Amino acid sequence: MYDNPLTKRDAVTKEVKISARGCQVYYGDTHAIKDVDVDIEDKTVTAFIGPSGCGKSTFLRCLNRMNDTIDVCRVEGDIRLDGEDIYDPKVDPVQLRAKVGMVFQKPNPFPKSIYDNVAYGPKIHGMSRNKAELDEIVERALRRGAIWDEVKDRLDAPGTGLSGGQQQRLCIARAVATEPEVLLMDEPCSALDPIATAQVEELIDELREQYSVVIVTHSMQQAARVSQKTAFFHLGNLVEYGETGQIFTNPQDPRTESYITGRIG
Amino acid sequence: MSAGILITIVLVLAIVGFVLGRRRAVATAGGDGRRLHSLPGYYGQSVALFAAVPALLLMAVWLFMQPVVIDGRIGEMIPDSAVPDGGSRGLVMSDVRRIADGIEQLVDQGLVSETDLATMRADFTNVRGRLGEVGIALGSNVSPGVFEAAKVYRDANRTGGLIMTIAVLAVAAACFAWSYLRIKPDLRARNISETFVMALLIGSSLVAILTTVGIVASLVVETFHFFQMYPASEFFFSTTWNPQFRGGSDLGILPLLWGTLYVSFVALVVAVPIGLMIAIYLSEYASKTLRSLAKPAIEILAGIPTIVYGLFALITVGPFIRDWIAEPTGLGSSSSSVLTAGVVMGIMLIPFVSSLSDDIINSVPQAMRDGAYGLGATRSETIRQVVLPAALPGVVGAILLAASRAIGETMIVVLGAGAAAKLGLNPFDAMTTVTVKIVSQLTGDTEFASPETLVAFALGLTLFVFTLGLNVLALYIVRKYREQYE
Repeated sequence: MYDNPLTKRDAVTKEVKISARGCQVYYGDTHAIKDVDVDIEDKTVTAFIGPSGCGKSTFLRCLNRMNDTIDVCRVEGDIRLDGEDIYDPKVDPVQLRAKVGMVFQKPNPFPKSIYDNVAYGPKIHGMSRNKAELDEIVERALRRGAIWDEVKDRLDAPGTGLSGGQQQRLCIARAVATEPEVLLMDEPCSALDPIATAQVEELIDELREQYSVVIVTHSMQQAARVSQKTAFFHLGNLVEYGETGQIFTNPQDPRTESYITGRIG
Repeated sequence: MSAGILITIVLVLAIVGFVLGRRRAVATAGGDGRRLHSLPGYYGQSVALFAAVPALLLMAVWLFMQPVVIDGRIGEMIPDSAVPDGGSRGLVMSDVRRIADGIEQLVDQGLVSETDLATMRADFTNVRGRLGEVGIALGSNVSPGVFEAAKVYRDANRTGGLIMTIAVLAVAAACFAWSYLRIKPDLRARNISETFVMALLIGSSLVAILTTVGIVASLVVETFHFFQMYPASEFFFSTTWNPQFRGGSDLGILPLLWGTLYVSFVALVVAVPIGLMIAIYLSEYASKTLRSLAKPAIEILAGIPTIVYGLFALITVGPFIRDWIAEPTGLGSSSSSVLTAGVVMGIMLIPFVSSLSDDIINSVPQAMRDGAYGLGATRSETIRQVVLPAALPGVVGAILLAASRAIGETMIVVLGAGAAAKLGLNPFDAMTTVTVKIVSQLTGDTEFASPETLVAFALGLTLFVFTLGLNVLALYIVRKYREQYE
């Protein structure tokens, strides 16, 4: 994929997975996200880029209602997953988060064994009928997280004992174990070294086969490498959204151009 | 000269030293403070410190050593005949000290002159009567040997005091002069005061450590005396506790230890679940306002004196348990019981467990919770399966600290648990604990020579070893936990 010139990327329009219309987020009196409209496609990697504090992580957290855990945060507008409003009072945020998984900036394995880390989600959602099935789910998730070969002999070892890159891949495996439809990644590589970053990026590209992946990143090179669609946020506004190739080679908005050429940020 | 005046003189000398030292420092630098190595105040400080500290140290050591030396010498002077049957030399020595005190006062008030005193003899003068005039009441007539010893004691003390005054003043003056004269612009006065601060800090921590060592040493020595009089195997393995002050007692620790552990167990059964749930509520569910009100309110419990808890056990909880639970079920008829003491002690321990666990649960990184929420876990699933396991080592440490409090607790069990040493399982029975028996063996007019009193030290030492072990274990666990997220 690295050799692929940005402009020649396939730009087939796919089914829309998440659509946001007029999304507003307030932290107390601060207006953090202003009127964002975006359509996130299925089986696509969408990158959110922008300077620090521009609201990209906040918007990402709206997509699986993680902002509910913050008292002062208020979300308005319409966000639909497969056409259903996720902020509808009838929607259980717990169920929603099982469908929209999340990987965080810092690897955060639970202080449990590697096996239990991955089995945690399937267990609480009752996804397996017996131990053998659970074993299968765990193995599949670890394989999909591209970490199976490294840990298959020590599934009982604590997850916190792995290296940073391994921990992050374990967290990705943990997130895919619940069979989510969308995977949100909040700067998944910012705590990793270049080699681990490359491994995770490769993994993200593979995950595209099955999921819709949304990734927040500070690295424009990373956005260019892994994503098909890119959204540029600035001061709480969605400035520009489009094909990654087009955003990086021919930005429409002067702010986007300034940011990707390194003049603001 | 009295110690107070002496200290005042030395301190005045130090203040004078500060002023003079500062002035001299400025003078040697030709009035230009920049040529000095340190600020002028530091030079003053160095003179003040040298004037005061060695002199005061000497005085402290002297005051500590003088009685020891003099007592040793006078002790040898007292003839064996002066020691009454069944009494001890220590009692005679305390008589000597009181008589010497009395003589001092007689002389002070001008009732007896120094020359009279030299010729005064116990077999001719009514010493007891004369001492009575100045308010020193003696139990019996003064024997000649004791009176002579008292006179020597008084003389020795006076001479000692005089020499000490001279020595202290000499040291203060000498150090003053030396430190004053060595002031030069390149004297590193700031480093001197830095060294002194360090020595002061080391000294302070030594006080704490030495006190601990002293307590342990006194316990160990007395316990050793006890085991010379009473077989250790009986003490540790006998199941009867029946002290007789006429002798021939059974002093087995097992019933007491059982009582202690049983009461502590009941206390922990009460305190741990309630305390933990409070901690979980406060750290995970409560709003900020509620938390800021509830936490101090719960911690008030920790500020109630344990004797008040004891009264609560004695007049409220005890009768309640007896009238509503024990008697209707026919399990017991005593208002003091293991359950009473345990429940009240449990209430006392709640803030311990809740406050420590709350801090520990709060220190579990938010990333752990986010991780679980991100997988679609509910709040209680997150707490039960992620937060609590992560906090477990710290919580265990908190519980062990609470347990060591429970084991050492005295007043609640004195008032709530009863005094009967018993090995039994019925929680409605009165039982007793190690601490209660330490209190009861040492109250009253007893001398520290029989196994019945010395056993208190052996009990104390056992308890100490127990709680020390628990504390070490708790600290070890808590420390191990801390390393996990750093």
